Amino acid sequence: MNALLHKLWSVAIVLLLLPTGSPLAQSEPAGISADSVLQQLPGASLKKTGELIGQLEQAGGAEMRPLFEVMLAGELYFVKESKQIIAITKTERRTYIGRDVFGKAALGEFTSREIKKIRVNNRLRSQLRETLARIDLLHGSKLAQKQAVLAMLDDLNDKNMRLLTTAQQSGVDGEVARLIDLAAAMVQLRDSRVSEERLEAIGVMSGQLEPAVRNQLQRLVNDAQEQDLAVRAAAQKALDKISERIEFFGQLEQLFFGLSLGSVLLLAAIGLAITFGVMGVINMAHGEMIMLGAYTTYVIQQLFPGAIAYSLLIAVPAAFLVSGSVGVLIERGVIRHLQGRPLETILATFGISLILQQAVRSIFSPLNMQVVTPSWMSGSLVINPVFSVTYNRLYILLFALAIFAALVVVLKKSSLGLNVRAVSQNRDMAKAMGVRTEMVDAMTFGLGSGIAGVAGVALSQLTNVGPNLGQSYIIDSFMVVVFGGVGNLLGTLVGGFSLGVANKFLEPSMGAVLANIIVLVGLILFIQKRPKGLFPQRGRAAE
Amino acid sequence: MSVLNSLAQASSRLLAAMRQPGRGTSWLVGILLVVTLAMSAANLLLPADSPFYVSTYTITLMGKYLCFAMLAMAVDIVWGYCGILSLGHGAFFALGGYGMGMYLMRQIGDRGVYGNPDLPDFMVFLNWQELPWYWFGMDQFWFAIFMALLVPGTLAFVFGWLAFRSRVTGVYLSIMTQALTYALMLAFFRNEMGFGGNNGLTDFKDILGFDLQADATRVALLLVTTFLVVLTFLASRTIVQSRLGRVIVAVRDAEARTRFLGYRTEHYKVWLFVYSALIAAVAGMLYVPQVGIINPGEFSPLNSIEVVVWVAVGGRGTLYGAIVGALLVNYAKTRFTALMPDAWLFALGALFVIVTVYLPRGLAGLFGRATELMYRRPDTGKDKTTRDDGLSVAEVGA
Amino acid sequence: MNVKKMIASIALAAGTSVISSVVLAAETIKVGVLHSLSGTMAISETTLKDTVLMMVDEQNRKGGLLGKKLEAVVVDPASDWPLFAEKARELLTKEEVDVIFGCWTSVSRKSVLPVVEELNGLMFYPVQYEGEESSKNVFYTGASPNQQAIPAVDYLMSDLEVERWVLAGTDYVYPRTTNKILEAYLKAAGVAEEDIMISYTPFGHSDWQGIVSDIKKFGGAGKKTAVVSTINGDANVPFYKELGNQGVSSEDIPVVAFSVGEEELSGIDTGPLVGHLAAWNYFQGIDSEANEYFVEQWKAFIGDEKRVTNDPMEATYIGFNMWAKAVEKAGTTEVDAVEQAMIGIEFPNLTGGIAKMNKNHHLSKPVFIGEIQDDGQFEVVWETDGVVAGDAWSDFLPGSKDLIADWTAPIKCGNYNTKSKACSGQVQ
Repeated sequence: MNALLHKLWSVAIVLLLLPTGSPLAQSEPAGISADSVLQQLPGASLKKTGELIGQLEQAGGAEMRPLFEVMLAGELYFVKESKQIIAITKTERRTYIGRDVFGKAALGEFTSREIKKIRVNNRLRSQLRETLARIDLLHGSKLAQKQAVLAMLDDLNDKNMRLLTTAQQSGVDGEVARLIDLAAAMVQLRDSRVSEERLEAIGVMSGQLEPAVRNQLQRLVNDAQEQDLAVRAAAQKALDKISERIEFFGQLEQLFFGLSLGSVLLLAAIGLAITFGVMGVINMAHGEMIMLGAYTTYVIQQLFPGAIAYSLLIAVPAAFLVSGSVGVLIERGVIRHLQGRPLETILATFGISLILQQAVRSIFSPLNMQVVTPSWMSGSLVINPVFSVTYNRLYILLFALAIFAALVVVLKKSSLGLNVRAVSQNRDMAKAMGVRTEMVDAMTFGLGSGIAGVAGVALSQLTNVGPNLGQSYIIDSFMVVVFGGVGNLLGTLVGGFSLGVANKFLEPSMGAVLANIIVLVGLILFIQKRPKGLFPQRGRAAE
Repeated sequence: MSVLNSLAQASSRLLAAMRQPGRGTSWLVGILLVVTLAMSAANLLLPADSPFYVSTYTITLMGKYLCFAMLAMAVDIVWGYCGILSLGHGAFFALGGYGMGMYLMRQIGDRGVYGNPDLPDFMVFLNWQELPWYWFGMDQFWFAIFMALLVPGTLAFVFGWLAFRSRVTGVYLSIMTQALTYALMLAFFRNEMGFGGNNGLTDFKDILGFDLQADATRVALLLVTTFLVVLTFLASRTIVQSRLGRVIVAVRDAEARTRFLGYRTEHYKVWLFVYSALIAAVAGMLYVPQVGIINPGEFSPLNSIEVVVWVAVGGRGTLYGAIVGALLVNYAKTRFTALMPDAWLFALGALFVIVTVYLPRGLAGLFGRATELMYRRPDTGKDKTTRDDGLSVAEVGA
Repeated sequence: MNVKKMIASIALAAGTSVISSVVLAAETIKVGVLHSLSGTMAISETTLKDTVLMMVDEQNRKGGLLGKKLEAVVVDPASDWPLFAEKARELLTKEEVDVIFGCWTSVSRKSVLPVVEELNGLMFYPVQYEGEESSKNVFYTGASPNQQAIPAVDYLMSDLEVERWVLAGTDYVYPRTTNKILEAYLKAAGVAEEDIMISYTPFGHSDWQGIVSDIKKFGGAGKKTAVVSTINGDANVPFYKELGNQGVSSEDIPVVAFSVGEEELSGIDTGPLVGHLAAWNYFQGIDSEANEYFVEQWKAFIGDEKRVTNDPMEATYIGFNMWAKAVEKAGTTEVDAVEQAMIGIEFPNLTGGIAKMNKNHHLSKPVFIGEIQDDGQFEVVWETDGVVAGDAWSDFLPGSKDLIADWTAPIKCGNYNTKSKACSGQVQ
């Protein structure tokens, strides 16, 4: 580590020796030429590569940015014969498309035997990131600049400070300027011996959520050698303020976690709310409908490898169709014959679930399938350093609500919905009124199964896509529907979210397992108190 | 109190019931006893190379099946006769099993791999310093048996009392029983619980001083199991054929009406539920020494559903149907997993679907119809079927 | 399913004539395969069943063993632990197999153990496990904690200068034991109590939001932090996804896993995992002639170019070949003879070097640390100097630090107490 620091140090000194203000890109290499360094790259050991990166930054500066980026992404290769360094894009078909590292020129296709990867490991990756941060601080976009400053907060040595000062002089504003001021304050608190200056610095740092700030203040408070009591008291106060804010955002985060878990429960349960809640069929194969939806997503991605970004959008209707038609088949083939024997549907659908699981195992292999997460579903929305919301969870939350709304509209506004409600309330009367009950049953079951399939698309983004996917959700789904009240969609919504939030608020204090157990026991007791769930169905249909 | 009276009445008729020629009863008891006795004799007395020799593998397998048959009877009593579909009977089974497992664990004594006389091995290597309080006394056979009955019995009583008093019925009740066993499964998976976590309790040495791996012990266990299955069968038959049994069936068919007639239906249900849970617990106790392991997987809701499937296959509402169903499905499972390991789930799944759709009264129904045809009795089944599940009050019997 | 095999097994099942089955048993050497083909563990175990079948094929092509053909007997214990014991008994008494390759989870092995000991069978267990066991009738070809966990922690401490540790695991015996060992090891190395965070989650845990957020906070204290993960198979995908989405990169907080191999990665979008670590005794990506041959052979056997190989497969491979060598050395498949012949048998690893079966029925194998690459393979970043001998009993647990296993005369004991000079419990 010391050696590495030393290396960085020397690199930084060279950088600082360059005339400030003049763009690095234009500066000609001092001493070593970038090309000669590049020639050493093929076949270099990991350790040697680290040294070469330092030399490249020194020699090429911002010009080398594309190289560093490609390297960081693990796309840097060299041609075995000519030792030419190229960037490689791998395709689905396991071919390798080459392109020039610095330009955009395409270099054609390569086979895996012709090229060799320039290896990077974690240490090199973090070195590359630091290098890129230094380059970006002066040349990058706002976002890159911010990242760069944040990265430097953990390591406020002189050269980093000088870089930051340079950046500030070259004109930055907003968030970046605030962070640089913060860095200055941190250095002031650390280095200054003057009480007023230090108090002033603490004033700037107070309430800031960056972990580095908190760590420094914590160290100061814990430091037995710190003589300045006023400074220490101020630091403690600043720390309390930070803790208070962290506490607040922690609660907010917990709430989001709960809602997110709730949305997963809602998604898993919502199809069941129809097949079980409206039709009274205890569909043990419900989980397998979800599984089919997830596998549909996988198949869609295999069919259109070039359109990963849109794959989920295509998968939603496809999964609805696949699971929906399987649902209709099950209804026509099996459940129809069990009319009026709701408890026996458990057995038949349990058999179906075994068959579907084994079918998937036979067709796709028992291994988990790889469903790719599109880039727009990755990453998180950073609100501040202690509170961020991951995109996939956020989108799934919204998606669950959208599905719920759509379902409510279908049931309340469409003629199918009218028929469904009529049949579920009084089958004989509906039949007498000319409703084709058999048709409606099939459609209802198809709808419920289709929705389960759609849920599978969303869940494929969160968890494993494998033959056991369905089983892990079936019990939770039943709990949610029963808790909310059978036959009541709103109950399912409220049930899902309250179980999710309760679980997540219990989790920190007692761990995931115990929280789950307590929620279950609470649920059992609740049902004793209110045997028909949160929102019981009223009227004759209930009995 | 009427419940207790009826129970007393029922037991007094037990002896009479054993001689009573009932449909599908005497022959079942007879076959069970003859088969197990013959198997035991063949295992112990014949040399291993005799063509009639029954391997110890078959003996333990038979013992396991009979434990399952007992569990199936427990489910059938509440489901087939009282309409309480329990999807969590595995919980009582497993609790009984854990009680026995704890006793067997303590019997290992200092013969464990670490040679610790007090602590089971799994506690030693997870640094437990002393035995948790609930393990005390479990080295006494009678106390372990007592606890293995008390705990599931109490659980069934509390759960039943809460549920039936507030009139939780139908699917709600089924899902709640499922939640119960699921919660217990999660709890027993926790290593902090002190029940060995996922690995459960295993590597037993002996029971009441008899070596568990000896053929004679295995045969004895099989015989005890058979005896208890027969006893449970007769006791249950007596109950369902008594006046108490009539009330229970009435509760199943029209609970509200029965209540209006002045019966405290919830009392009947609670006691029947406790009785059923105790049978399940006994089955669990017999199961553990024969298969040699008890772990939280037994609490899995899917296991409990499978039990319901056995009953359905055999024919619910008939005690012998539950036994036949459990034996047949488990035998099929054993055969299929060896014959076609890649495809047995297809066969098992298809079996469930076909039975529920085409044989709503299970194999017992098929058998019943066959005898009816044989005796050329007029087919009255259709008119008598007042309930949608194809069972009528008049037809209930063992 | 092979029609011939089916007919053969139906014929056997029907119990045709005793004589015919005796003849069959005399003509072939039977290899039992006890891996779950359905249920939750099918995902991992099916591969091992196929590996054994491939090895049997290969051995038969080489002319079998002792002049006899090998015959694989496959059963499905269906991820049901009591069923493992029952099927083991079936294999040993009904099929009369000469050796069993099987089990994955600890609980399945614990379930089978009394049966193979009672019937004096022979079993090869190919998966990394928590140690604390050594049976006369079992050979452990997977890693014990000192062949996986401790080298990994050494690497993190020395090369990455990690000072704060998260020990995250699924709540079952392997993570519990491994973490107990690691905790003792870390404390012995001077790590303070507050720099260790331990967290357990249930099987198949899928909602990692809270725990990842805790890890992030724990890692934000200004000291280099790493996660040592003993999270079980299925729960890993959502765990890594959550790590990636919450912006925890492998450079900030590397995760070193003991249950994530090539096969698990083949079901994951590896993008967010790049740079995280795993410790194994084998990686598919290691360059060697034997390995290249093995990978090609596997792909051809399974008929899928995309299938990968992994560590338990190599353990099965080594176990199978060692057994074959031992049978030839002993000149019989009789269990006691083979068991004694096994000790000291050497066989080349797929990754180079020689694996050796020790007196405690555990292997000496090399240990590798690999970084996950975007193609689902591993890049080896560190390896032990030579082979590491597997410890049956950990030196870092108070209960077992005085225990050793030695199956050679005069000790002949799986749990020999070096202090009291006695073989505790289990007097055979």
